[in-house]
Amino acid sequence: MNYENFRRVEERAFYALVGVLGLIVLLGAGAWHYMEEHGHIVTGMSNQIVWGVPHVFAIFLIVAASGVLNIASIGSVFGKTVYKARAPLSGLLALAMLGGGLAVLMLDLGRSDRLIIAATHFNATSIFAWNIILYSGFFGIVAAYLWTMMDRRMKGYSRYAGFSAFIWRLILTTGTGSIFGFLVARQAYDSALLAPMFIVMSFSYGLAVFLVAQSVMYRWNGLTLDAAILRRMKNLLAVFVSAVLYFTLVYHLTNLYFAKQIDFERFILLDGGIYTTLFWLGQVVIGSLIPLAILFHPQWGMRSGAVFSSALMIIFGGFCQLYVFIIGGQAFPLNLFPGMEATSSFFDGRMAHPYAPSLPEFLLGLGGIGIAALIAVVAVRILKFLPQDDFSHLAKAEDLTD
Amino acid sequence: MSNMDKNRRQFIGVGVAAAAGLAIAPGVTLLDLAHARPADQAADSAKRWGMLVDTNKCATGCNDCVSACGKENGFGSTGHPETDPQWIRKIELKEIKSGKTHSLPMMCQHCAKPPCVDVCPTGASFKRADGIVLVDRHICIGCRYCMMACPYKARSFVHEETHDQNPDVPRGKGCVEGCTMCVHRIDRDQLPACVEACKAAGHEAILFGDLNDANSEISKRVATYASTQVRADLNLNTGVRYQGI
Repeated sequence: MNYENFRRVEERAFYALVGVLGLIVLLGAGAWHYMEEHGHIVTGMSNQIVWGVPHVFAIFLIVAASGVLNIASIGSVFGKTVYKARAPLSGLLALAMLGGGLAVLMLDLGRSDRLIIAATHFNATSIFAWNIILYSGFFGIVAAYLWTMMDRRMKGYSRYAGFSAFIWRLILTTGTGSIFGFLVARQAYDSALLAPMFIVMSFSYGLAVFLVAQSVMYRWNGLTLDAAILRRMKNLLAVFVSAVLYFTLVYHLTNLYFAKQIDFERFILLDGGIYTTLFWLGQVVIGSLIPLAILFHPQWGMRSGAVFSSALMIIFGGFCQLYVFIIGGQAFPLNLFPGMEATSSFFDGRMAHPYAPSLPEFLLGLGGIGIAALIAVVAVRILKFLPQDDFSHLAKAEDLTD
Repeated sequence: MSNMDKNRRQFIGVGVAAAAGLAIAPGVTLLDLAHARPADQAADSAKRWGMLVDTNKCATGCNDCVSACGKENGFGSTGHPETDPQWIRKIELKEIKSGKTHSLPMMCQHCAKPPCVDVCPTGASFKRADGIVLVDRHICIGCRYCMMACPYKARSFVHEETHDQNPDVPRGKGCVEGCTMCVHRIDRDQLPACVEACKAAGHEAILFGDLNDANSEISKRVATYASTQVRADLNLNTGVRYQGI
């Protein structure tokens, strides 16, 4: 369909999109109700795999939410004009995704009806409890930041708000990584590397999500992204993807060097079944190497369709990475008695029973994406979030020369 | 005042006193007989309850402690070990080099520095003054972070509706739970169910007592024989110790 034809049905298309997203959210709500009624017995989760697919979705959304805000930070904190024009959209996507992610996290609780207790009882030694403050603060700071960007009278404060948001998001992702980094019990976690690694992952996932959202918006409005801006953004994405690969490499190399970690590495890298496949094929090949080849390719890298596909592959790779990290990390048995073979009625000394995520788990996770998308789509319709590039100004500022 | 009135008053007085005595006495007597701690008295921080498991006495194939735990705490097996309550389990060990085998029960180790308590966002996971690590079912939100943090896989999540509960041990769908060291029995001066069952089976592999009392049997044994803390590298100072591994 050419753009002129689309314009005629644009309004209907918008409502259809809202309808579809609303349905996804409703399905997620239904899944939550079903799990709440029957208990987690209707999921694939167990006493061994205690966090399942909902956590993969929730953590992806939360990590990507903090990462997508970087676009705004590059504009406000580092003064890049191209990114300044994208700051409002970046802030909106950050709020939308954090909302979706937190919804999934909260609705996967065993007692989601007791959520208020998380606010009334606070254990200061718990990084989880700290995260509740970090998430709430993020909403407040990013909302204030958006206000400074969209209200002419508040423009003067934008830089300060942007700087606060930048610092806050770094602390927030440190907190998310530390949920795992502070777990001394399990071999997959228990590492200070996880905090910076999660920050780098957030850069990559966040920018990929931003590029997807931006492409869809441009397409919807019949616009074409300027080639110089596309080049900048896809190069940055490639750098972020490479950085995630670097951290992944260091994580595994460090483990391979420690004799006590070798069995765990063998599990993830060689004979972990689904986890090994998702690591090599999902994260490394589809989620990193192919997108890198496309993004760095002199011709493909300049085609907006190819960049869009790369971003989608990076998002898919991110889900694979988190699946392997969160669920693979739990499937590997705890080593209570080094130097001995252990057997028991509860999976000691062997890989856990196969974890088979159930449909409600996926629907709950997708519901989170639905919430994020719905917030974004409606907000974009109501307020001015579409990036507005001032090319004459940009050319003068020589901002487009790489 | 007539004599009749006086007699009546005396009768009522004696009668009320007798009735009150009859009502209170059984409670007082029971309290005295059981040496139990009254409900409003806080747990004693001078004590540290613990267990010493002698793996030389623990028999391979014997599951009596596990069955007793389920019976005491009101749960059984549904044939799905992955989602069933796993408060205590038997682990069979074989030394890779020598082939020597050991059998032992594994449950909450009641750490002095419990990771589950550190990570719990609401403070539902807590350590009682006498060292017993418990979950407050009223404020557990079911986030399962404690299960991620426990190095012993000693916490279970209630995956489905519960039936036939023991009134002393309330359980609820959506909350996390684990070995309470049979705190309700300890508070009545009884032994934990697993310890009692092991004794009844003639093994006496689990010794229960106060690790802070130098004269207790458990303290004497820990002071005399080499004992091990599982995952001692984590420096959690466990309340459950093992002998013979």
